[in-house]
Amino acid sequence: MMYEIAKDPIDIQSVIDKVVQREAGAINTFIGTVRELTKGKKTLYLIYEAYEPMAVKKLEQIGNEIKERWEGAEVAITHRVGKLDITDVAVVIAVSTPHRADSYEANRYAIERIKEIVPIWKKEHWEDGQEWIGNQLETVAYPSGKPEEGDLNE
Amino acid sequence: MNKILFFAHLRDEVGEESVTIDASGKTVAEVKALVAEQYKLQKLDSAMTAINEEFAPNDEVIKDGDVIAFIPPVSGG
Repeated sequence: MMYEIAKDPIDIQSVIDKVVQREAGAINTFIGTVRELTKGKKTLYLIYEAYEPMAVKKLEQIGNEIKERWEGAEVAITHRVGKLDITDVAVVIAVSTPHRADSYEANRYAIERIKEIVPIWKKEHWEDGQEWIGNQLETVAYPSGKPEEGDLNE
Repeated sequence: MNKILFFAHLRDEVGEESVTIDASGKTVAEVKALVAEQYKLQKLDSAMTAINEEFAPNDEVIKDGDVIAFIPPVSGG
């Protein structure tokens, strides 16, 4: 399985191993971690929740989009759910391509796209409260009911 | 009948992971309005909708047995 939602800590090397290929000249790995301070506010821990079957499908869609745009790319993505502490690994994205420039670009594309279309949510827990992120900011509303291509780099 | 799934703040507000209603023949927009009123959900407008695990536009008509999920703006990564 190249695209997974994991309830246990992610083994980074096993994600990387999935994209090893003889045609590759580069493997680019992104490791998303839980940050303590956001705009000066101290996070104690996070809860990630996913609509798992759809999230896996959307991760796979992102992988397919990458393969269309960057020839010869292989992609593996694992996203964690449940309670995560500060510095814990929330997501690992590994992309291999024949040449290194493509692996950087394609990996960046994957993380930005995850933040657009993959049904995963985080709940921030602070010393003085808790809130689901994404609900109160409303920085991205989708008038057509689904994200458009132009929303990608917001 | 149709299962409706709630996530994140919507799940907290409704107090259920899912409910079952008869939504067949209704559009996504109509079901959204119905559910928003029944559960007093003010932010359902900003949520996307998925039918059978795929994003669906507001004018899509729901069939019997379709699973509907309301997807608040996501925050993974």
